[in-house]
Amino acid sequence: MSSLEQTALFLIIMVPLLGAVLTMFLPKDRPGDAWYFAIGVSVVCLLLSLYIFVSYDYGAGGFQLARSFQWLEAPINIDLSLAVDGISAPLILLNGLVLLGAVLISQTIRTRTRDFFVLLQALGAGVFGVFVVRDLFFLFFFYELAVLPMYLLIGVWGSSTDFGSFLRTKEYSAMKLFLYLIAGSILVWIGILALYVKSATLGTPTFSLEDLGNLAASGSISEEFQTWVFPLFMVGFGVLAGLWPFHTWSPDGHVAAPTGVSMLHAGVLMKLGAYGIIRVGMVLLPEGAENWMPLLITLGTVNVLYGAVSAMSQTDLKYVVGYSSVSHMGYVLMGIATLDPIGVGGAVLQMFSHGIMTALMFLLVGAVYDRAHIRDIYVLNGLFGRMRVNSFFFAIAGLASLGLPGLSGFIAEFMVFTGAFRTYLPLAILAVVGAALTAVYILRLLARTFLGEMDPRWEHLTDASPVEKAVGGVFVVILIGVGVWPEPMMRVINVGVASLPGI
Amino acid sequence: MPELTQNIGLLSPEFALAGLALGILAIDLFLPDGKKQVTPWLSAAGLAGIIALSLYMLWGRQETLYGGLLAVDAFSLFFKVFFLGLGILIIFTSMEYVDRRLDNPGEFYGLLLLSILGMNVMAQSRELLTAYIALELLSFCLYVMAAYAKGEPKSNEAGLKYILIGAFSSAILLYGVSMIYSSVGVTRFADISLALGSAGDVSPALWAGLALLVVGLGFKVSAVPFHMWAPDVYEGAPLPVTAYLAIGSKAAAFALILRLVAEGFVPAEDLWSQWQIIFAVLAAVTMLVGNLVALAQTNLKRLMAYSSIGHVGFLLAGIAALAPSSVLASNGVMLYLVGYSITNLLVFAAIIAFFNLTGREEIVDLAGLADRQPFLAACIAIGFFSLGGLPIFAGFAIKFYLFVAVATGGFLWLAGLAIFASLISIYYYLKVIRQMYIEPVPEYVAAGSEREDGIVYEPEQNLSPSFLMLGVLAISMLAVVLAGVYPAPLLDLIEAASQAILPGA
Repeated sequence: MSSLEQTALFLIIMVPLLGAVLTMFLPKDRPGDAWYFAIGVSVVCLLLSLYIFVSYDYGAGGFQLARSFQWLEAPINIDLSLAVDGISAPLILLNGLVLLGAVLISQTIRTRTRDFFVLLQALGAGVFGVFVVRDLFFLFFFYELAVLPMYLLIGVWGSSTDFGSFLRTKEYSAMKLFLYLIAGSILVWIGILALYVKSATLGTPTFSLEDLGNLAASGSISEEFQTWVFPLFMVGFGVLAGLWPFHTWSPDGHVAAPTGVSMLHAGVLMKLGAYGIIRVGMVLLPEGAENWMPLLITLGTVNVLYGAVSAMSQTDLKYVVGYSSVSHMGYVLMGIATLDPIGVGGAVLQMFSHGIMTALMFLLVGAVYDRAHIRDIYVLNGLFGRMRVNSFFFAIAGLASLGLPGLSGFIAEFMVFTGAFRTYLPLAILAVVGAALTAVYILRLLARTFLGEMDPRWEHLTDASPVEKAVGGVFVVILIGVGVWPEPMMRVINVGVASLPGI
Repeated sequence: MPELTQNIGLLSPEFALAGLALGILAIDLFLPDGKKQVTPWLSAAGLAGIIALSLYMLWGRQETLYGGLLAVDAFSLFFKVFFLGLGILIIFTSMEYVDRRLDNPGEFYGLLLLSILGMNVMAQSRELLTAYIALELLSFCLYVMAAYAKGEPKSNEAGLKYILIGAFSSAILLYGVSMIYSSVGVTRFADISLALGSAGDVSPALWAGLALLVVGLGFKVSAVPFHMWAPDVYEGAPLPVTAYLAIGSKAAAFALILRLVAEGFVPAEDLWSQWQIIFAVLAAVTMLVGNLVALAQTNLKRLMAYSSIGHVGFLLAGIAALAPSSVLASNGVMLYLVGYSITNLLVFAAIIAFFNLTGREEIVDLAGLADRQPFLAACIAIGFFSLGGLPIFAGFAIKFYLFVAVATGGFLWLAGLAIFASLISIYYYLKVIRQMYIEPVPEYVAAGSEREDGIVYEPEQNLSPSFLMLGVLAISMLAVVLAGVYPAPLLDLIEAASQAILPGA
């Protein structure tokens, strides 16, 4: 297995990337082929990500499976360095799982199928890339690669939402999402340039996260510099993480996107932002992070409350889930901002748990919409009568999201609260109120839409298809599994969090 | 004068190119009307031969001719091969268009070859007047080519506008050269830098001369505020000429500016640090205005004109960051020129192919292109994503490299502004992509018809781009991806070229 050990990280980027390229050459008149091919690619990716997660030696800690390839030599110095640690390993696994789920569920894509899977696999490659690289240039490269396909994925295959008084078109949502994310990434880009110039003035210009981390650890980057550069990363990456008040692209984008894309986007892509804040902001600019964390935790709390209140007032099922993502990403941001080992560990676990949970929710909402062609929660009533498995899965996902003990969400949120109680008590109390609000809108959905009295209009609905049942079932098992036995996940995450500076 | 002409053999590629151009013009006279299609093939084959000759003769040489007027070094060889290669691809993209729409194809290709000769000399001249003559050779060919569609008023207007503004800017340039000469008494780049370095206080006349030089060159590369001619000329000129203007003439002008600044300004460090600001401000204004005005365009050619103005802003930012001790900025500018040129070639080749099929060139005419001509739509989309600076295409790598160079050169604010300007550009590129991928196919597409240009078009579904076009598109698409994923071999060449003009680095 030693050869796999050396190449696993390289392969996990190249397999979906080459998959995307090869998909272009599949016959145009047989759309099914593209789907089967994408399944094959994403199964390989899932196996690779499982291998990476399982083979990560949490006893030894640190960065493992490291490989480095020179890309451009001096004077610019860019290497493609790959490595994985306790924070990225669970997220790689998350992307492997959600990518396969999203590909499977996209069986229903019938127009320009080939193009769809080209873009979906490119998106997957970008996300894997961000999680495995150890170089700022390539981190940004893959970050942009993950954003690039979104415009077309939403604009071509998405759906518009009619609010009665106005129509929120998919073109509008796609453009909004794309411009927000690119606007966020320009801040990141400026931050990266500032760091590079700083390292050049200190002697060796470098993009390597390891070298820059060593510079930061040795204290040669002044606090003043850190304090003005950190907000670039905090806001830049924060946009992708749904940071209030830059979150508005997220509900619109998630709702307009086709189901598979919503799953990947809410499930994995938003985590790139939070991951970037940890990996780049906290590690390279620890003093800057310390100075800005009070603001970040405040905004995170606003995220939790604002997202929850907005979700309560939505009448569109998918918008409820979209705003609940904004709310739950607030816990991630809060956990990061505590700079406390338990809080940050909770944030990373919440990334994983929310990724699975929200992907599951979007899958189920998509299944309802495919059959009923409507998402209004005042019209959809008593779906349990016809869609039993679907409703059962939704109940599990909803309970995980409101933090029911025994499901993964509970452990993650509990850890975030513990971290916050130790550092920012008043905000922690507000966040607990947010969790209670989550219970309000989730239970309302369950009580009315799924378990209420069935509207005769929905007699004809059929239950989830075998594919939906299989994907949903696996996600449910993971939610319960992590909830009752978090140890395999937590011991990896704890090793990663313990090595962060300033904690 | 033996010392001036002893190594004149090093100019054989230029002699060969001049011979080829005149040969094409002469052969054309004797070809019957039906056989004139042979001229582009002859021209392309000749260019390929000259590439081989240049590489064979000049690889690794570092010499000067005519007592330092012309340089034969890695820098000139790099641009020479680049221009000749571009010339071949431009010929291939023009063939179908010229065949169907323009008279006198022989002269068209003859002028094209002569203009390439001008570009080659621009890249190797190390003296103001030599550079000026080379620039004029390029410009005169372009004036004629812009007006080549004799019957079309817009093309005539473009030619007239171009020659008036061109003559005006040449006069400014020449006036600047004469004022510099009157102040310091030299015109070689290296001597100018010596004079500037030792001058202490710079006299007002010298300042004015340098300023006029910058203004004149600003007109040639269409930097804001000297850009007004570009959109009209781009719109009116025949499409292949527009492509050539956007790609070739710009690259040649920047090759000249790069050598002029690197050899003439940069070594005089005190003075250069003041002039850097001027270039930086020029760059900032150019990138902002170009990209903002592009937002409002509805015609594809005008959109490309303003987009190219925006890219000129980025390139000027790279010029502003040139430093005596580092080749980073010079590498960045050259890499950007190559990446920008191949991306633009991809886009223009696709637009020309589309125009050959339909005779249309408004942005709305692209509606539903992803269903009508998926390959062309993919080419334009990839080209626009690349111009917008997204991976895995050339645009990302070249922008990143250039902006790193600008930031490292002490202009972090300018790099930030450039990044912001690229965000603006993404919006208008996406508008075109939206037309192609999201809007439905218009109804008229199914039916063939006669358009204003008098050509009867077949229904589009029966048509596909010619094999030659598909070949050019495939090659440039591969190049765009390759430059974005693995630019290291290209950068090795560029590094050698930078060392040639910045020996101190």
